[in-house]
Amino acid sequence: MADRYEIRFSGAGGQGLITAGIILAEAASIIDGKHAVQSQSYGPEARGGASKSEVIISDEPIDYPKATIVDACLAMTQEATDKYANGIKDGGLLLIDSDFVKQVPEGNFKVVRIPIMRTAKEDIGREIVANVVALGAMIALTDVVSRESGEKAVLAKVPEAFIDLNKKAYSVGFEKVQEYLAAQ
Amino acid sequence: MAKKVALLQGNTACAYGALYAGCNFFGGYPITPSTEVAEVLSEELPKIGGKFIQMEDEIGAMASVIGASLTGQKALTATSGPGVSLKQELIGYACIAETPCVIINVMRGGPSTGMPTGPGQSDVQQAKWGTHGDHPVIALVPASCQEIFSETVRAFNLAEKYRMPVQVLYDEIVGHMRERIEFPEPGELEVIDREAPSCSPEDYKPFDPSNGDVPPLAAFGSEYRFHVTGLNKAADGFPTTKAELVDAEQRRQLRKIDANIADIESYEEYQTDDAEVVIFAYGSTSRSARYAVNELRKEGVKAGLFRPITLWPFPEKRVAELAQQAKAIIVPELNLGQMNLEVERVAKGACEIIGIHRVDGEPINPGQIMAQVKEVV
Repeated sequence: MADRYEIRFSGAGGQGLITAGIILAEAASIIDGKHAVQSQSYGPEARGGASKSEVIISDEPIDYPKATIVDACLAMTQEATDKYANGIKDGGLLLIDSDFVKQVPEGNFKVVRIPIMRTAKEDIGREIVANVVALGAMIALTDVVSRESGEKAVLAKVPEAFIDLNKKAYSVGFEKVQEYLAAQ
Repeated sequence: MAKKVALLQGNTACAYGALYAGCNFFGGYPITPSTEVAEVLSEELPKIGGKFIQMEDEIGAMASVIGASLTGQKALTATSGPGVSLKQELIGYACIAETPCVIINVMRGGPSTGMPTGPGQSDVQQAKWGTHGDHPVIALVPASCQEIFSETVRAFNLAEKYRMPVQVLYDEIVGHMRERIEFPEPGELEVIDREAPSCSPEDYKPFDPSNGDVPPLAAFGSEYRFHVTGLNKAADGFPTTKAELVDAEQRRQLRKIDANIADIESYEEYQTDDAEVVIFAYGSTSRSARYAVNELRKEGVKAGLFRPITLWPFPEKRVAELAQQAKAIIVPELNLGQMNLEVERVAKGACEIIGIHRVDGEPINPGQIMAQVKEVV
């Protein structure tokens, strides 16, 4: 792993992307014992508006807590794409919700298109777990933490009654990536 | 046994730091980006028999903190710039009444409502000059979640030891980011409680300077009775206009700081030994600066970082020395120029002082600092 790996989750406020960032940071720092910092930026709205959450993971202590050159970026909405899908490094990754992001920024990075919200709704039956689907997909694509560590962190975060739902959502994120890559 | 670890937000670390220090009262009027401090304490304080109270406004919140402290509790409030503005009258009252308490200011921009969810560092001079009149000031500026924990403990210690309000200021970035922290074991960090009077209740004078600059503080509601006022007061706590008493009382209060600089001062230096350019940075900005120093060193540029942890009293002596050594001191801040003025004052023209200022709600990134350093060398 590089000294410093930067992941940005962006979408609409209320989609749970800050939570996704926190779970990833917990997987990296508490479970895997690496250094991680999670930060966020959001507007005054309780719901809606573009929001982002960034996670920096490193083998070394982390000084600057915000992204400098993004290794991997998730964008769930067009607004988030326009606002936050920038600064992605050459050879980096942009994961988009293909139902909502129609105008994809140009750049020397790989674009992965998965209908994340629709997957959550149709495969799991609950749109609310779209963030966990997205997290699974991001971990599958980046390998920044192990699949097991990611799952452990997801399950540590959710109430007992929702464990199965989230386990499934996380796993579907991995499957969708495998399907997408196989189709390419 | 391994220490308890957790991924904690800066504000949450602050709340747990307060509890570690023995805080048992929180009076506040929650405001972004400090709300999580109140949120955590509203859950935790009742569990230990402490009190959490959401007051009718910011002024009432500060008043409740002073009242709680005078009854012997360790009292805290947490707010942001707009709240600190409102609290100034009562912060002055806490100063003259020599009441230990801790004020957390999670800084956003301003003036007024400004940008509630964006970061700022524009209250650093307010921390010193916000309330009127000459008064002692201690302000701490932690830069990580672990340090927010330990500096909150230290803030309580200094408040109790010197019998005065202590402010802890950190910007929204540090307040809202999450990092792994290790919880110190009980006893691992020093916890100081205020000195109680050793005389009889009949002989007690709350501001009697005969045994030193910090008179012992009795608790309201105990057998010790005393008077508290915002007026200049004599040793017995009652108002006085006697010139020599007023003068002595004011000078004694400032002496609590001036005679104890070594105890209160705290800073960190990184790569400053041979630095030609020194970056003076605090809070989240110091993290950008450290990143910049590492990158610049790779390119052979002799850059270093001076990071105050105690911002007030200002680390005058060391900054003056660095000004003699360096070609320039660069001061990046999320304001339009505040601590650069203090650095200038202390440097006395020995080197160039260059500010980097930003108030658009975005952090100062390492690239901005690197570009400025390169321009100098």
